Amino acid sequence: MADLLQNAKDAGFDQAEIYRITSQSQPIRFEANRLKEATRRDTSGAALRVIHDGRLGLSATTDPAAEDKLPARVKELTPFGAEASFELPGPRDYPQVHIYDEAIELLTFDGMVQTGQTLIDAVRKDWPELNCSASVSRGVHRQSLVNTAGLNVAFPQTSYSVGFGGELVRGDDMLSVWEGFGASRMFTDTDWMIESLVQQLEWARDTADTPTGQVPVIFTPRGVSAALLRPLLGGFNGKSVMTGSSPIGDRLGERVIDKRISIFDDPTIDGAIGSRPFDDEGISSRRLALIDRGVASNFLYDLQTAGRMNATSTGAAGRGLSTLPGPGTSVLDVAPGDTPYDDLFLGIKEGIVVERLLGAGQGNEMGGDFKANVSLGYKIEDGKIVGRIKDTMISGNVYDALSKLEAVSDKAEWVYGSLRTPAIRCLGVEVAAAG
Amino acid sequence: MTIRDQMQDALTGHGADFVEIRLEESDSSRIQYRAREIEEIGRTSGRGGSVRAAVKGGWGFVSFNDTDDLKSRVKLAVEQARAVGGEKTTLAETQPRVADVPPVLVNDPGTISLSDKKDRMDHYNDLIWSTPGIQSSTVIYGDNRRRVHYVNSEGAAVDQEFVHVICYIAAVAREGGDVQQAGFSIGSLGDFSLIEGLDDEIRAVGKRAVDLLKAPGIEGGERTVILDPVLAGVFAHEAFGHLSEADHVYESEQLKEIMVLGRQFGQPHLNIVDGGAIPSLRGSMEYDDEGTPTKRTDLIRDGVLVGRLHSRETAAKMGEAPSGNARAISFNHPPIVRMTNTVIEPGDASFEDLLEGVEDGVYVRNWYGGMTEMEMFTFSSGEAYRIRNGRIEEMVRPVKLSGNVFKTLHQIDGIGNDLDMNQGGGCGKAGQSPLPVSNGSPHIRIQNCLVSGA
Repeated sequence: MADLLQNAKDAGFDQAEIYRITSQSQPIRFEANRLKEATRRDTSGAALRVIHDGRLGLSATTDPAAEDKLPARVKELTPFGAEASFELPGPRDYPQVHIYDEAIELLTFDGMVQTGQTLIDAVRKDWPELNCSASVSRGVHRQSLVNTAGLNVAFPQTSYSVGFGGELVRGDDMLSVWEGFGASRMFTDTDWMIESLVQQLEWARDTADTPTGQVPVIFTPRGVSAALLRPLLGGFNGKSVMTGSSPIGDRLGERVIDKRISIFDDPTIDGAIGSRPFDDEGISSRRLALIDRGVASNFLYDLQTAGRMNATSTGAAGRGLSTLPGPGTSVLDVAPGDTPYDDLFLGIKEGIVVERLLGAGQGNEMGGDFKANVSLGYKIEDGKIVGRIKDTMISGNVYDALSKLEAVSDKAEWVYGSLRTPAIRCLGVEVAAAG
Repeated sequence: MTIRDQMQDALTGHGADFVEIRLEESDSSRIQYRAREIEEIGRTSGRGGSVRAAVKGGWGFVSFNDTDDLKSRVKLAVEQARAVGGEKTTLAETQPRVADVPPVLVNDPGTISLSDKKDRMDHYNDLIWSTPGIQSSTVIYGDNRRRVHYVNSEGAAVDQEFVHVICYIAAVAREGGDVQQAGFSIGSLGDFSLIEGLDDEIRAVGKRAVDLLKAPGIEGGERTVILDPVLAGVFAHEAFGHLSEADHVYESEQLKEIMVLGRQFGQPHLNIVDGGAIPSLRGSMEYDDEGTPTKRTDLIRDGVLVGRLHSRETAAKMGEAPSGNARAISFNHPPIVRMTNTVIEPGDASFEDLLEGVEDGVYVRNWYGGMTEMEMFTFSSGEAYRIRNGRIEEMVRPVKLSGNVFKTLHQIDGIGNDLDMNQGGGCGKAGQSPLPVSNGSPHIRIQNCLVSGA
């Protein structure tokens, strides 16, 4: 492996940084109720980012033999690059975040197969007509950052994930159910996934007519993830704020939604997917309130956007190998409320539960709008779930809906390992359906 | 030894039912603007490979960037497959082909200097900003050259090279908390010329973003809609393309019954085809990623399901012919059943014919995306206009549309005569995204289509 930083220094750049990744993942995949495929993926690569004559340049490669060419390529690109509004950071103090678990590296192939097959067999005991698929995956990812300001840091992160689901076909009526979880720490309790899948199947056993118009909507933790968070948090991204395209970019410190909602970006939570001691530019991780009791509190910045906005980086930089870093969320933590989950349903004469969406995000979300087909949702009648709704679309604006908040459940649940959120009941959502 | 010789050498004594090796080299450039300034200009080169093996119906797959010791990679893939397999490997017979396919190049982006590319994008970004009231803009240019070497244990040896160009343009306008956006994307196989001369479209995008701030919303519900060729292409891809991919069907007795060849899915005027052999489009190629020659597959003919898209495994298990639709987005992934170029064939109706008699409807154009899950699908428009009494009237906020494969295709009651292709898209499936595909259609009219509020 070439000493890329030395090469970059020799090439005479004002500032230079090497970002290097090496990762290995080993997913196994089940199809039609049995094991189908075992995969092993080894990925490695390096990126050279420089600041030269005040401009940014980047070139990357996954070809070890091409690493020597990176300084020359960057030299060619940098005169065209964006003006840099920051200096590369030196070493600093980083929090302890537990994101490596040797138990994941020690997992056996047979153990992973057994985990997947056990889930499939368990749910098919009561639902033999369910056509199941599953995946069990483990991985280890190492990344390092060295730069001309003296930074030289690295961390390994393990990951383990289990997902499974099934398809049920009744004539021309099809149902797809799914559950899954991932963490950077080993977990062995997967029984709750079976219960979740069976619950989805039971709630969807009958089909119900969709109540249309403005009706109360309960977003389950998964529904919150699918519908609300992306359009809401897009406005907190430093890039939208910088370009003036955030709807709340000039409203920091103001109430933007109901005071019962607080949302944190927290890469210091042990074991979560997305946690890390420092971000992809070497800035220390911290728990950051984006929305504190309904008030817009902080935006997410990397070094470049922070520099433009006369702010400081919040440690929010993420990057792929071949692109410049940009601000983004890491692990989202939505504070629970005070309503017991079952009480969310109280007093609803007609309403819906949103669990999973199809097509969310494909549209203009910049102002907080959401629109999607409800691929898994249920009808509530007199406070009870009475069946699955189909051929149904919801639309609304997240700032409006979360201002018309009715209740927040008293427990936050993990959704797939990088988001923890309670269920939310609100108004302000328009429901439309095919007749 | 040539690369092909090394790959074939690594296959000797493999001990599996089937093994294939893929090696790739790629080179990409990207220029990206955000608001008035350039945000990023970068160049990436890649190299890597993968080995896929089958033993007793089980698959093993390994991918890597370090391509030195291919023999040990083959061994590992075969071990993985052996650990999985417990049935029988079933692959449709194909004649092993040996070929070296040059890239389709009309106006090679590789011959255009970076500063010329940047000048053009500078100009495009300036054009967006020439509209008063613009808040922000995005301009993304990318090109990619990818050379793929493929061999398998049956003797196939196919080298192919692809050059893709993409360009994405968007304008943002804002008034307080209301943020509106307009844009489009365009792409081509090996032809930089297709992204030249976009001035008029770009000016229109700027104007539309600003006009959208004043555009009214619309109530959700069932409506008569007319789709422009671009959105109708996305519709073809989502409404029927995905459900005709045999990997959804081949392991399910119930789905095989439902998706049985001969079933009526639409009115007799409806014809849908897919094929990598349709030339010079983003999804065009001579061989798929299993070395199978591509072709043109009728999916729906006269409203009736007549064919579907296959890999060698799905074809064998369903007793049908392989169609050349096994595709991998890169060496990092195994080939799976994918679309290539998906087209609704033109009919007789003029655009005026389609408008005639529509008392209250929506004309939807352009696209943000589309998704399919089982029989349900969505497709989202980039522009929408009210139709009243057969006339296109005011612009409204873009709506999202939803369909059900068993109902919506029957509800297409008008098919235009003005076929056009949408080359700006990519398809995502099983973590492989965006795969270059194209889709196209003439204008089509759908009765009682579910439209979201906006």
